Amino acid sequence: MNPPSAHAGSGADVAERLTGLVGALRSHGVRIGTGETVDAAQAVAVLGFADRESLREGLAATLLHGTGQRPVFDPVFDLYFPRGVGGPGTGPAERDELRDRLAAALAANDQALMARLAAEAVDGFGGYGSSPGSDGWSSYQTLDRIRPQTLLARVRASLREGGGEAGFADRLLDDEIRRRIEEFRRLVGAEARRRVAERRGRDEIARRAVAPTADRVDFLLAGRTQLAELRRTVQPLARRLATRLAARRRKAARGSIDLRRTVRASLSTGGVPMRPVLRKRRPARPELVLLCDVSGSVAGFSDFTMLLVQALHDQFSKVRVFAFVNRVDEVTGLLVHGAADAEGLGARIRAEATLTGWHGSSDYGMALGEFTERYADAVGPRTTVFVLGDARTNMSDPNLPAVRQLAERARRVYWLNPEGRSQWGTGDSAAPAYAELVEMRECRNARQLGALITRLLPV
Amino acid sequence: MFTSVDDVSARLAETGYLASPAVATTVFLADRLGKPLLVEGPAGVGKTELAKAVAEIAGAELIRLQCYEGVDESRALYEWNHAKQLLRISAGRDETWDAARTDIFSEEFLLPRPLLTAIRGDGPKVLLIDETDKADVEVEGLLLEVLSDFQVTVPELGTITATRRPFVVLTSNATRELSEALRRRCLFLHIDFPDAELERRIVRLKVPELDAALAESVVRVVGALRAMDLRKVPSVAETIDWARTLLALGADTLDETVVRDSLGVLLKHQDDVLKANAKLDLDTM
Repeated sequence: MNPPSAHAGSGADVAERLTGLVGALRSHGVRIGTGETVDAAQAVAVLGFADRESLREGLAATLLHGTGQRPVFDPVFDLYFPRGVGGPGTGPAERDELRDRLAAALAANDQALMARLAAEAVDGFGGYGSSPGSDGWSSYQTLDRIRPQTLLARVRASLREGGGEAGFADRLLDDEIRRRIEEFRRLVGAEARRRVAERRGRDEIARRAVAPTADRVDFLLAGRTQLAELRRTVQPLARRLATRLAARRRKAARGSIDLRRTVRASLSTGGVPMRPVLRKRRPARPELVLLCDVSGSVAGFSDFTMLLVQALHDQFSKVRVFAFVNRVDEVTGLLVHGAADAEGLGARIRAEATLTGWHGSSDYGMALGEFTERYADAVGPRTTVFVLGDARTNMSDPNLPAVRQLAERARRVYWLNPEGRSQWGTGDSAAPAYAELVEMRECRNARQLGALITRLLPV
Repeated sequence: MFTSVDDVSARLAETGYLASPAVATTVFLADRLGKPLLVEGPAGVGKTELAKAVAEIAGAELIRLQCYEGVDESRALYEWNHAKQLLRISAGRDETWDAARTDIFSEEFLLPRPLLTAIRGDGPKVLLIDETDKADVEVEGLLLEVLSDFQVTVPELGTITATRRPFVVLTSNATRELSEALRRRCLFLHIDFPDAELERRIVRLKVPELDAALAESVVRVVGALRAMDLRKVPSVAETIDWARTLLALGADTLDETVVRDSLGVLLKHQDDVLKANAKLDLDTM
């Protein structure tokens, strides 16, 4: 293999851009080996620079290994392989004239034209500042002046006019136009980022301005759309978990050779051990107890907890789930086999279970104490207990004896904490105290959750 | 095999496979770089069809390894024809041991399975490893050897190396994460739902009798459904099914009744149907 670094005259520049791109992707957690970089360089040589989209797909194919990485890749690619530096040569367009052309482009759903208009819009309306040190480009300002969302009615009217018949599909029109406008906003954002990158150095921006992949979004910080995306990440996780557990259980079912019984059985064949006798494993019934904090402070986390609980419920025959805020209640009955609706489940739990006493903030001491008292029978020597919560006690007594009792009675107790390890012990967090009694793990995002769950679950 | 990305699109189109630029680019690269192509994406977007189309263009033999839980070396690579070996042994009872032994492990008693078949022989071949994610992890290890060096070792026969590399397509529905090592050896392609324009062309191609305006409406409704938060969004295969259904129903335009009655072709879960009904205002009419 010889990397075609001498390609197209500016080989060194291409190689530098490519390694810069790879470096930026790596810093976002995309694992890329040297082999892939060489492949990517070959792809560049084969495809050339004539077609930017083709180049984008080619690099994605050689560098990426999964779908989840694409949202990181695209903006980074835009930074390193910009669409004609400087944008189209026209001067700053009139605002109304630009809006006219944008309306036409939206009506025609012309992606290429929309991209050009986005560049023009940022060029004309996105710049701010006058001194060379402080100026920049803002997508917010651009969108504020252009107001693409106000074009909806106009685009609808022009489409109705041209389309003629007003059939059934027409009632979808508004949604379609909205999606196109959303796409335009995204283009403006990408263009503004690109221009800033030119000013401030690409590597810096690539590192900061690109959103992390869904499986690395912090549970506690996730916004609404990110939550929806995270949910899509967690659902296959549950499936994957199921297949992996099934495989592990199958393997565990085949025991080791029972020498004594093999020899005894071989007596009938004159001492030749024709059939090895395997030691039978008693089919251990994994008993799982989940204790979930569902208070408002960990709302983002608890939605995922719910998804996870649902997945485990489908997998294990014996799972009991308890939810708490400052009082604890069993919610196993609220789980439905096969359903995967975290929001619905969370709402159901909040509506139907008694989780709060006099106030609405979480109290681990109270909840844990009540659990060991009321549901003492739920935990036995074969039970694995998962506690899911941030261990923030709101300054009340953490009730360590209750946890100690829990740890003594259960086979294993794991505590999954959605806060970063550095946060433990700050403010009202009782995490270090609990961590001394039971095994506490940091579980901040879907990636960590997936890794932890497969490792910690009993077979 | 191909001269350019456009050439890939054009020739795929000749076989009735309309490819997005991403698909055409990646197929072109896979051919040029001689690497296996790992195709992921939702069910019914044409992952398997892609392999078939490439085989048709290349005039190649399509060899398919359908993966399932429990598929193993003897199903994927080769096995010995034990029955025939036994027959051979009992037929030659008075032979010396050496003659019998060397004989029964020869080509004649070998049953090549897909992976070995794809490596042997000089003709052009397309190897389709379908639903790779369904196979157990051990099989992935096996694939690693085959896909990186295009060679297979049969202890009794020695190492068999491909004289002509097959074009390899692996598909996966991502029910299980494939190993990093396997991914590294492949070019990665995610086929998503096509954009409206492409899907319209696909529908027109597959169901040419359908009225153009109706095809457009079909694609728009499907697009709206995909934008909804459903358990199973309709894929291209379902769009085509729906187009055929509408044709069979003799509908010339979409209206509430037609859509409501045939929604089951597109959606496979009752909650999804209810959601779609609410969103498309079907029940209030």
